[in-house]
Amino acid sequence: MAGKTLYDKLWDLHVVSQRDDGSALIYIDRHIVHEVTSPQAFEGLRLAGRKPWRVDSVVATPDHNVPTTQAERAHGIAGIEDPISKIQVQTLDDNCDELGILEFKINDKRQGIVHVVGPESGACLPGMTIVCGDSHTSTNGALGALSMGIGTSEVEHVMATQCLVSKKMKNMLVRVDGQLGAGVTPKDVVLAIIGKIGTAGGTGFAIEFGGDVFKAMSMEGRLTVCNMAIEAGARAGMVAVDDITLDYVKGKSFAPKGDAWDMAVAEWKNLHSDTNAEFDQVVVLNGADIEPQVSWGTSPEMVLPVSGVVPNPAHESDAVKKTGIERALEYMGLEAEQSIDSIHVDRVFIGSCTNSRIEDMRAAAEVVQGLQKADSVKEAIVVPGSGLVKQQAEDEGLDIIFEQAGFEWREPGCSMCLAMNADRLNEGEHCASTSNRNFEGRQGYGGRTHLVSPAMAAAAGIAGHFVDVRTILSQKAAGAGE
Amino acid sequence: MKAFTQHTGLVGPMDRANVDTDLIIPKQFLKSIQRSGFGPNAFDELRYLDEGAPGKDNSTRPVNPEFPLNFERYQGASVLLTRENFGCGSSREHAPWALDEYGFRAIIAPSFADIFFNNCFKNGMLPIVIAEEIVEQLFQEMYATEGYSLTIDLEKQVVVKPSGEEIAFEVDAFRKHCLLNGFDDIGLTLQDADKITAYEEARRKSAPWLFNFGS
Repeated sequence: MAGKTLYDKLWDLHVVSQRDDGSALIYIDRHIVHEVTSPQAFEGLRLAGRKPWRVDSVVATPDHNVPTTQAERAHGIAGIEDPISKIQVQTLDDNCDELGILEFKINDKRQGIVHVVGPESGACLPGMTIVCGDSHTSTNGALGALSMGIGTSEVEHVMATQCLVSKKMKNMLVRVDGQLGAGVTPKDVVLAIIGKIGTAGGTGFAIEFGGDVFKAMSMEGRLTVCNMAIEAGARAGMVAVDDITLDYVKGKSFAPKGDAWDMAVAEWKNLHSDTNAEFDQVVVLNGADIEPQVSWGTSPEMVLPVSGVVPNPAHESDAVKKTGIERALEYMGLEAEQSIDSIHVDRVFIGSCTNSRIEDMRAAAEVVQGLQKADSVKEAIVVPGSGLVKQQAEDEGLDIIFEQAGFEWREPGCSMCLAMNADRLNEGEHCASTSNRNFEGRQGYGGRTHLVSPAMAAAAGIAGHFVDVRTILSQKAAGAGE
Repeated sequence: MKAFTQHTGLVGPMDRANVDTDLIIPKQFLKSIQRSGFGPNAFDELRYLDEGAPGKDNSTRPVNPEFPLNFERYQGASVLLTRENFGCGSSREHAPWALDEYGFRAIIAPSFADIFFNNCFKNGMLPIVIAEEIVEQLFQEMYATEGYSLTIDLEKQVVVKPSGEEIAFEVDAFRKHCLLNGFDDIGLTLQDADKITAYEEARRKSAPWLFNFGS
């Protein structure tokens, strides 16, 4: 008999009831809440006269609407200039206060982007089922958890019942063998995966990321990769629990301690796919083949190595794809067969739930240290993912490195990933962005997003156009050796 | 939730693949704490030639004359015909809310993104998966025939063409049941409250670390 996959094990551990029609009631251990997708759910509960099933399973923090400049941030909610954003953040506070939900409020040190806060606080743990009204909830799967984005109706459903009505997904293994080259990061790995399987490649699947590259990857790198599982169409991405996982979780504020830790570890150590597990689909990449990536179009699958050239629609035989390429080139203001490194950059955004953790900050700082932002780059902002990341970065002096290089150091939040606050692109501007979506208008009306790693974004900010960060790093290494 | 049983309506096109939820409802409209009010800004960046904002009077905005859903012949469309991977991207339920309020009761595509697909059912709107070559045929027939309408019969799981030809589609039994009856699925789940409690009690013993958060 075939063994179980990691996803099978997580699923089985949480089935409350299997129904005849193929759906199941799945118990949810942790519910993360932010201000954008929750107000209608709280209102729904109130209208129906329902109470949350288990308040102590919920943790909330505002992230999408919060300003990131110190001037606006200093006065908390009262300081938010956009009146509609202010109401939304205030509404989250009101709902959490009324129901007794733990919330890291706007200027709490623990506030930040939900998908950064969950793992770093220990609110999200291996073996859990985790949901949030946000598609990037797939991030937490890096811990060896089943973590999925849900809609607002489901937010209300989970609040009221602690369960999700769900149908089991299929199993996909994405295996990346071998080793990554120097200067190639987890972001490049996940962009290369999406480039290979497409934005719908993972639809209907839970993806497990396996192979030597993930075994060697840090927990923060795994969080980056699982974060973008949804950009490959998969609601859930995950990585097996190993010593890297346990070392990361141990000591986090809300992680179990003492006997409870030992008991938890005994359960977590089983959270890997059995050697004889069968996957419905297996995709294999070779780590050594992956180069630093840059997206050129308006879908994350429109991505290329930095050494590449923009595609020519004339070479595409599929009619729907061909018009897709033509539309993307027009929107992005690019020419067919233009080299990636000839694309100039107007703004740089380093942040988002994909790339705003301390390792991301360090990688970007390493590139810019001792260099200067190109004059042609109007603005380069660095937005840490949480108050704790910000503090850590400042303790390491990274904020000074960024500021000396002409990069702005901001307060934590989602910021320019989706421009719900004041951080945004102007029409026609190209942005080297460490976020996760290059959709039309995503970072501002008419804005042109290029998805890259923190190191590549930093390098583009220095050069004024896309450039292979490995060149900068090797020049710096040579300079240091002199 | 409102029920969906049978619907006949004018078909309107969204002739591109990978339509994402940012395109369906841009983020600035997500600041609302209401469940309604999104319809006038569905596909905002395609419908209008300027940038939309919450509270902005749409009647004074320049309409994009090249956007098909703005064409006279598609006014009143209630069945959206589109391409693969519709609704990819964010989990925002504001996307189905906006499409529902725009007037769409059903969406036909070769494939949908998972979260969007799921969100549709929660709002009495039916996403229908039909093979790509048949979707292509429907596009051609729609473009060729002004006033092209389709009938969708959820009970029988068929889309009926003007010619009377039927196209069968699959739908999950539980979702079909909820949609046909307009059931509130929270109410249905709470019928299993004893099972939830029993599961919880067992986990409190086997995994106590899951239950002492925030205390």
